[in-house]
Amino acid sequence: MHSADVIVVGGGSFGAAVAYGLVRKGVDTVVLDGADDSLRAARGNFGLVWVQSKGMGLQRYADWSRESSHLWTDFADDLKDSAGIHVNYQNGGGLNLLLSEEERETCRRNIDIMRQQAGADGYDAEIIERDEIQKMVPGLKVGDGVAGGSFGPHDGHANPLRLLRALHRGFEHLGGRYFACNQVTNITHDGGAFVAETPSNCFTAPKIVIACGHGITKLAPMVGINAPIRPQRGQVLVTERIETTVEMALGSIRQTDEGGFMFGNSEEEVGFNDGTTLPVTGNIAARAVKAFPQMANVRLVRNWGCIRVLTPDKCAIYDESETLPGAYVATSHSGVTLAAVNAHHVSKWVATGETPPDFDHFSARRFDVPAAA
Amino acid sequence: MFRRLHDPEPEAVTINFEGEILKVGVGETVAAAVLTANPGHSRTTPVTGAPRLPFCMMGACFDCLMEIDGIPNRQACMEIVQDGMKVRRQEGKRQLSA
Amino acid sequence: MNDTVDFLIIGGGPAGLAAAVEADGLGLSTLVLDEQPAPGGQIYRGIESVHPETRSVLGDDYGQGAALAGAFRASKADYRPGAAVWRVDEDGSVAYSQDGKGATATGTRILVATGAMERPTPIPGWTLPGVMTAGGAQVLLKSSGMVPSGPVVVAGCGPLALLITQQLIRAGADVVALLETTKFGDYLSAAPHLLTALRARDYLRKGRQLRRDIRAAGVPIHSGVDALAAVGEDKVRAVSFKRNGARSEIAVDTLLLHFGVAPNTQITRQVFCDHEWYEPQRYWRPVRDAWGATSQAAIAVAGDGGGIDGAVAAALTGRLAALDAAHRQGKIDQAERDRRAAPLRDEFATHQAIRPLLDALFPPPPQICAPPDDTTIVCRCEEISAGDIKEAVALGAMGPNQLKAFTRCGMGPCQGRMCGLTVSELIAKARGETVEETGYYRIRPPIKPVTLGELAAMAAMAAMAD
Repeated sequence: MHSADVIVVGGGSFGAAVAYGLVRKGVDTVVLDGADDSLRAARGNFGLVWVQSKGMGLQRYADWSRESSHLWTDFADDLKDSAGIHVNYQNGGGLNLLLSEEERETCRRNIDIMRQQAGADGYDAEIIERDEIQKMVPGLKVGDGVAGGSFGPHDGHANPLRLLRALHRGFEHLGGRYFACNQVTNITHDGGAFVAETPSNCFTAPKIVIACGHGITKLAPMVGINAPIRPQRGQVLVTERIETTVEMALGSIRQTDEGGFMFGNSEEEVGFNDGTTLPVTGNIAARAVKAFPQMANVRLVRNWGCIRVLTPDKCAIYDESETLPGAYVATSHSGVTLAAVNAHHVSKWVATGETPPDFDHFSARRFDVPAAA
Repeated sequence: MFRRLHDPEPEAVTINFEGEILKVGVGETVAAAVLTANPGHSRTTPVTGAPRLPFCMMGACFDCLMEIDGIPNRQACMEIVQDGMKVRRQEGKRQLSA
Repeated sequence: MNDTVDFLIIGGGPAGLAAAVEADGLGLSTLVLDEQPAPGGQIYRGIESVHPETRSVLGDDYGQGAALAGAFRASKADYRPGAAVWRVDEDGSVAYSQDGKGATATGTRILVATGAMERPTPIPGWTLPGVMTAGGAQVLLKSSGMVPSGPVVVAGCGPLALLITQQLIRAGADVVALLETTKFGDYLSAAPHLLTALRARDYLRKGRQLRRDIRAAGVPIHSGVDALAAVGEDKVRAVSFKRNGARSEIAVDTLLLHFGVAPNTQITRQVFCDHEWYEPQRYWRPVRDAWGATSQAAIAVAGDGGGIDGAVAAALTGRLAALDAAHRQGKIDQAERDRRAAPLRDEFATHQAIRPLLDALFPPPPQICAPPDDTTIVCRCEEISAGDIKEAVALGAMGPNQLKAFTRCGMGPCQGRMCGLTVSELIAKARGETVEETGYYRIRPPIKPVTLGELAAMAAMAAMAD
């Protein structure tokens, strides 16, 4: 039986960030992670630190995302110190390319909605024209089919795999204990502490954070939390390495620091099928070539599907169990964006009980159907 | 590094390797033709700039990547020489075409 | 372009060619997609255009490919050379790239006949210019009539190392030595198999003749060598090795490495076939039945891609797969299928009988499977060393896919072909588990790189068709 102050279930972006924040504060933490072939959204993540599209319908989430982007630089520096790994965070803003008048119109409407919703908090994304876009990406020829773009000054991107590795390494350097191949099968409370069982081990701690993506569906009810999440597939293309051409994140297009271009983005309701399909691959490629015709002779090297952890309103769930205080659930599909606030604020919430302002907005209870009057 | 057992003439084709005109045999792969020119290296890696020459000659290792007729990162062991072909080393990461 | 055929064969080596001839003869519409520009695969590479003198140097086994290629050309099978398959779907649809254009094709049944690759040969310095695989040198001889121009050493183990040494000598190359890792103990453990191997005498005679030819040319064969390394700064200038405790160096211009062959499982993995670990030769192979059927309903495998049995056996398994396809599609009934298959199975059994002997005689050396020197590059594309891998495992990477995420190992253009086996072995060793437990990389499309322009054009065509 291993004991700790906090058990974090899940070693993906969410779990690793919260766990890192905990050990940074000197909290004795164990991370329980799955196997090599477990579902891992963190390994398929695009790498955006994205604000402009977040929180429609939940202003608190828009603010939370923005706050995270403001913390990200210090967060990345901190990781560099404790893990010795540079995650290459670029915060020059982000540009979402609009490839038709229809897309442009939809975007304009969404910007209006977000501005209204934000009120005094403000909402900073705006539509910019093609010639403005060309000035922002001087290394690339912008295609004629680009109808405009929405620029968000708080947006950016980082290397998502190095982020995961840095979080793991920082966690272990600071004294955290990591257990791979220890998928949690059962969580109980023995009156004093939570007990998490895995196939080969048993762990106990007064607090437990369930941050294991789709594993939440089975585990959260064990601690009295109902966190409705569903799988949604996104397919990604990555190309051969190319000399650095653009540093800004371009929504569903980004150039990694190694040089490959990544192209997304699909939203498919296919259960847990993380395969790829020829039509979607072709469509993503077509959009890439439309946006930047120079991509026509650039080669695809790898293509994958990744299963997002999606909440009903696409905003994060952070919840503490009412029946078993000390048990938490934390999840969203934006593990890279939120890594900074997860490491900073969520770990503090778990460690000290100090709830960030208006955190109840993120409770899963917001999805409960109200009982008839 | 490699030499031909038989003269490629009279059917030889001509390619341009890094400015050097090479008489090569019909049907040879670009990688094979380049290997006869004692090239030192046919590419440098995008990770560390290390020099490489073709390794497996069967399209599996990707160490034979070269720029052929202006298109970078082509597997030279999978391309047959054509008369007038321009072949250059792949130095590190490719550029985008103009 | 989207053709639909009864039998879609990927690969133009002996398995694919023989399968095509058989299938065509049985009335199946047959399409062969071959990445190479001409039939023969690797073992019979260049068979249609090889210079007669070179063909004689290469020997009779190679020459046998000519008849097979001829029969293939005479058949009605649709042959598409220079067609690189980059994606296979479970329902039998295939995407390929030919002359810079993308196309799809569908087979009621797919035969994956993409053969084998040489197993990775990670010794210190193996990425230096001038270090190649023995197979690579053989391709140069077969398809281009070329030999190394300077001093060359062949190092490793297995029948191909012996054969290429003899072939290069006959072709007039300056072969300085053959360094074999095979040691006396391997011969001892092979001894019991001598009794059961039907063609053992033939095989051993061939091997002895090769050795005689090599020695007669004044080329030494050093056995039991260990700690091979390629020495040099910008290119290889020597091969270093240990023998009987003493370290030696031989100056070379070219170093050829070979430690056996392993099935190329890129396609079978990409289309989600089950695989199993074959311990005697330490490689993965697709799980298949006696007809080459895999765990995927529409996919069969034949030839060395299903398990290493050599060129003649590959042609036999190709024919068996074609017979099975014909039966499944109602061209022949089961009795007919089994009747035609019987002599093929008998012949296959005689070829397969030699395997336990070969496997015991030429096990891949442990230090090649899991290189002990931490500085040895394992992933050539991303330049990740054995030490990097061990460090990542210590950090918690519990398998090849987490390792890939942590280090980029396996993410380069070759998508794990050069490092996959080594990575699984190193992780298994570090974690104290079997390689089977460790598993392998998740292989994704594209099997070969394909341009975004080609993909976009395919999408446009599909949109127009809708």
